[in-house]
Amino acid sequence: MEKITRRKFISVSLGGAAAGAFVLSGKAQGAGNFTGYPEGMGVLVDLTRCIGCRTCEAACNREQGLPEPALPFDDTSVFDQEFHGGQKRRTDENAFTVVNRYDQAEGGPVYRKIQCNHCNEPACLTSCFVNAYTKTKEGAVIYNSKVCVGCRMCMTACPFRIPAYAYSSATNPVIRKCIFCYDTRLKYGKPPACIDACPQGVLTFGHRKNLVKIAHERIRANSDLYVDYVYGEDEVGGTAWMYLSGVPFEEVDFDVTMQKKPILNNAQDFLSQVPMVLAIWPALFLGFHRLSTRGEEDGDENSNLSNREESQS
Amino acid sequence: MKPFKILAFIVLVLAASLPLSGQARNLELPDTVMLDQLVHLYEGAEFDHEYHTEIVDDCTGCHHHSVGIPTTNGKCAKCHSSEDVLDNVACVDCHAVEPFSADYLSKKEADKDAYHQDIPGLKAAYHLNCLNCHIEAGGPEGCEDCHERTELGNAFYRSGSYAPKGDKPGSAH
Repeated sequence: MEKITRRKFISVSLGGAAAGAFVLSGKAQGAGNFTGYPEGMGVLVDLTRCIGCRTCEAACNREQGLPEPALPFDDTSVFDQEFHGGQKRRTDENAFTVVNRYDQAEGGPVYRKIQCNHCNEPACLTSCFVNAYTKTKEGAVIYNSKVCVGCRMCMTACPFRIPAYAYSSATNPVIRKCIFCYDTRLKYGKPPACIDACPQGVLTFGHRKNLVKIAHERIRANSDLYVDYVYGEDEVGGTAWMYLSGVPFEEVDFDVTMQKKPILNNAQDFLSQVPMVLAIWPALFLGFHRLSTRGEEDGDENSNLSNREESQS
Repeated sequence: MKPFKILAFIVLVLAASLPLSGQARNLELPDTVMLDQLVHLYEGAEFDHEYHTEIVDDCTGCHHHSVGIPTTNGKCAKCHSSEDVLDNVACVDCHAVEPFSADYLSKKEADKDAYHQDIPGLKAAYHLNCLNCHIEAGGPEGCEDCHERTELGNAFYRSGSYAPKGDKPGSAH
């Protein structure tokens, strides 16, 4: 191996640092400022309009070719189901959207539909090390299950606990979730199946930027009806699906402590160090190693010499 | 024909010819309106328009400002105080059958001056208006109280003869 000189060590280290800094600045500009594709579509979910008919669930089941449900879609006993820890129903590999009922002390119950919120900066996407996820320009967060290795990192990363794992499949256990009906509808400019099916106009489909305006306008015009907040406008960097509610959001199990910055930002400080560490540390430590062992090598040679001298004498 | 029936007939004819006080003027009111947008899932609902004109005092609750009666809603009255009967008084004239089609959305976005950017689609308009009023006034609230479900509808909801069979385990959670 070529012997490392002090000059070489310094030049390599500086080069690595410069490359690291370049990558770092690129990252810093990219993340955090992305507010979604300008033509991205979205959905405004108005909880005050939902009557819990579950037609959206039936429509999703048919559109996505999901298996037969345990109970008919007009069976409202599912609203009484409770799972461990008193949890209400969640999305799973066979139900990409579910509606839950929240009984109120006063007035009728409030219903809440759950499905993927299609984040502007999806944590599932950034967490996926095989790059299975894609945020399309139409606003959908889709995934390629052919490359999914089943690591379930996206399940951990998703702040809304949406991606579900097909545990029941022995041959092809992959992640499954709502894809905004991308393959069959959204990419052809059509709204998702649940939205076409909803009889109550709970779901309003349109360009996300317009929906934000419509949401605030609806609150302004009916200030007695709505809580003055649009959930999803800013949560985790903004989501394509946003919500209006007549009751405080925490009462219908929305996480109101959700950060406003993208989940990626949490890892950004750490991740931005990685290129620098990879570029500089090998050179740095190799340099240290060479410097610190040079004396020993010289000493060895000297001792060999002296041994020889001793044997000669 | 018995005298009683003749009398009843005369009364009915007279009642029908009387001007409807305070109600849509210069309009021929339909007795029934067939609402059949959901015909793939439900039989058409025959809306008894005549009956509703009798029990509801205010046409503007459904027809907003289109039938020549100044609206009672203060917010709407700021613009819609005219007593002109509009050419279009049917729900479908303003509430689109496909409110989220690409065509409709782009048309709406091109019309920047339009004040009403948030008009419910036809299906939503019916249900929001009818059902909310039914809940308030104690009218029928069940889906099938207004329209009977078809076999296609049963297949869609996996209900009736299409209901899941056997004891399947529920959700994994």
